[in-house]
Amino acid sequence: MTVIAWIVEGTWPACVDAARTHAPDGADIVLLHVTDPEAMNAARGSYAGLLGRARPDRDPAVPVGTLASAAADRLLADAAARLGRPATRLHRTGRPEHEVTSTAGPTDLLVLTRDGAPTRPGPHSLGPATRFVVDHAPCPVLLVWPEAPLPEREKPGHGMP
Amino acid sequence: METLSVVLLFATLACAVVRPWGWPEAVVAVPAAVVAVAAGAISPQDAAAEAEHLAPVVGFLAAILVLAQLCDDEGLFRACGAWMARAARRRPGSLLAYVFAAASSITAVLSLDATVVLLTPVVFATAARLGARPLPHVYACTHLSNTASLLLPVSNLTNLLAFAASGLSFTRFAALMALPWLVAIAVEYLVFRRFFAVDLAAGFRARADDPEPVAVPVFALVTVVCTLAGFIAASALGIEPVWAAAAGAAALAIRALARRRTTPAALVRSAAVPFLAFVLALGIVVRAVVDNGLGDALGPLVPEGTGLPALLGLAFLAAVLANLINNLPAVLVLLPLTAPLGPGAVLAVLLGANIGPNLTYAGSLATLLWRRIVHAHDTEVDLGKFTRLGLLTVPATLLLSVVALWISLSVVGG
Repeated sequence: MTVIAWIVEGTWPACVDAARTHAPDGADIVLLHVTDPEAMNAARGSYAGLLGRARPDRDPAVPVGTLASAAADRLLADAAARLGRPATRLHRTGRPEHEVTSTAGPTDLLVLTRDGAPTRPGPHSLGPATRFVVDHAPCPVLLVWPEAPLPEREKPGHGMP
Repeated sequence: METLSVVLLFATLACAVVRPWGWPEAVVAVPAAVVAVAAGAISPQDAAAEAEHLAPVVGFLAAILVLAQLCDDEGLFRACGAWMARAARRRPGSLLAYVFAAASSITAVLSLDATVVLLTPVVFATAARLGARPLPHVYACTHLSNTASLLLPVSNLTNLLAFAASGLSFTRFAALMALPWLVAIAVEYLVFRRFFAVDLAAGFRARADDPEPVAVPVFALVTVVCTLAGFIAASALGIEPVWAAAAGAAALAIRALARRRTTPAALVRSAAVPFLAFVLALGIVVRAVVDNGLGDALGPLVPEGTGLPALLGLAFLAAVLANLINNLPAVLVLLPLTAPLGPGAVLAVLLGANIGPNLTYAGSLATLLWRRIVHAHDTEVDLGKFTRLGLLTVPATLLLSVVALWISLSVVGG
């Protein structure tokens, strides 16, 4: 049996805990993090706007890409430490919702934490990427609540898709 | 002649974005300017006058670029990242506000280049170190590098061009633009909080064991503050403020050279010398386009007077042009048409030219070319989110900041 836990900044601890609780002994647990290249593209785009002084060796997208890679490794390491049992770490780059649904193809269970505005009835109670995965994942999905509100987590506002 | 100058302008802009074979932009821009003069699209006298007018402006920018680079060498931006991280841990949910504060002040004082090139990676690293989702914070840098570049003449090259044409003093420019600057940043902040509500509400889990290097670069900070004071003093004494920028850059450069933290070659590189040639050449090519029909074509579109409707019209015209081509040529085109209308009209053009680019990354033409390059690297580009955010922020920011400018003009006086 394979269980994928989708590790997302901010909400991942609840996802790891749920994977530990619900994955049977002997199941392969995959910790999946997806880096959205949008931050890199935004950095490169605004650099392209500096008409006439955009030298390739100063493109901020390059350090942002390196930092994103290191941040993903660190996040997955933290998740693996919290899980406390053997797991495969998987880092993908792309639109997170697309990468998660395509990776989850042959999986027995996909675990993810909800984000969005849970007090708001209707589709916005989930963030757009989470909503997409819940709607289109080709496998059973376990959607869990984030941990009890952390001090650093503020009250969710109204999401704008 | 009209066709020739338009072709030259597009060749110059296209090469500035695509940079074929990694050439500096000047490689195409300078020959384009030479062709414009040789073909008679612009007289040698007019070309020389344009170059004479632009040279001090670009010198001013070079001084600011060197100053920003040396501040980075001194660790100012790293210290800024550490400060944001520490503050965000103490006041949960406030990282975006600190990023806004940092990006707005750095853009205003050290120019938008500093925010785009030097601050953006620091902000990403700060968000990553805290474990927060990086996208809202990186987008804050890209948007504020435009929106927050309204305050001072040094914040944006477009401002330096307008400052030279408007006849305003440094302090008067800042006094008139302070309210529009604050209003524009406030509108961006409100839209960001809603647009990225999901990502911001996810919060972060900072590791408790993170060591945070907090060496405050006192010398760099003091130099920047003294340079700002120098701008005000120079303005009061009737001295060109470029000397204050040069003095600030020199102070940091001498210290960095003495401590062997930089080399003369690195200093020259950070001054972006080929860029100076590019701006001079672009100015000449744009002048040729304006003189050969664009000026007459745009003339009827430039609203008369300096009432609120006229200011709004100018700002939206500048924003449209900035999105069609790029804000640098847009300002070069509009300044000769608006300078006779007075400082209010010039500043309205700046609002449009500086805020407008948040709608398309670098002007539509540049964005098209830029997308082709990114596609060539097989990267998936989603312009949807960028464009939606732009559509939510740009019209509102523009409208309210023009109203703020109108109020400033009535209170401070144009």
